[in-house]
Amino acid sequence: MNITTSEFFRTRRLVLKGAGVAALIGLGVVPFDVPQALAAANDKYPEEAFKQKTEADAIKALYGKTAEPSDKVKMDAPEIAENGAVVPISATTTLADVTSISFLVSENPISLIASYKIPAGTLPSVANRIKMAKTSNVTVIVEAGGKLYSARKEIKVTVGGCGG
Amino acid sequence: MASSIRVRATSNGDTTEVQALIQHPMDSGFVKDAKGEIIPPHFIQQLTFEYDGKPVFVADWGGGVSKDPYVKFAFKGGKKGGDLKVSWVDNKGATDTTTAKIQ
Repeated sequence: MNITTSEFFRTRRLVLKGAGVAALIGLGVVPFDVPQALAAANDKYPEEAFKQKTEADAIKALYGKTAEPSDKVKMDAPEIAENGAVVPISATTTLADVTSISFLVSENPISLIASYKIPAGTLPSVANRIKMAKTSNVTVIVEAGGKLYSARKEIKVTVGGCGG
Repeated sequence: MASSIRVRATSNGDTTEVQALIQHPMDSGFVKDAKGEIIPPHFIQQLTFEYDGKPVFVADWGGGVSKDPYVKFAFKGGKKGGDLKVSWVDNKGATDTTTAKIQ
């Protein structure tokens, strides 16, 4: 008797829940579903992109498209880094509708260093410190209005930060 | 335990500038120790800044970010005295969270 009752309640709850969601979708009012879906998409860590060895593969895994060079993407980085373990690099852009900014080092064992999500209201400007194994091109990718723009600069490294 | 996160958030009217410094080894998994053994990867994967319940900045990091990472950004809409929540999770599942008042 007890089992039957609890089963009854569980079924009833499921039915109610289902009916509620169906009603919301039916009405076209989904008050919490949309932000949740957005948050989920935003929060996902791009595991695959951080496994790629080459710059091209990393960009492909991260964005699924290629970037075009743009003088609207500015990178501030030293010409020569004395210590490859700590290379201060910042990037900024005058492009509108920026959704993300990523940093890649082509000669590192894993090319992708960092990818920053820029929600609306956050300025498209980031400063951070990265590791460089040796002298290499450093690429900044800016995603703006669904397109990718890049800037690239060679930084000379006197002491690598990834060897041992 | 003291927090691994140090944050400074300063408002200058419209924009809030945020600087964060986190204590973390950020081992890439490519470096060998003194005995020639590889130090296993141990790095922060995601660092999130939230204001008013919404993310204002999300960093996805690999092992190529320097030890004791530093990051700087700015966002609009932050108010003096408001709470900025900062949290990170690393590849071993460890996490830390702190809240800073916007100055």
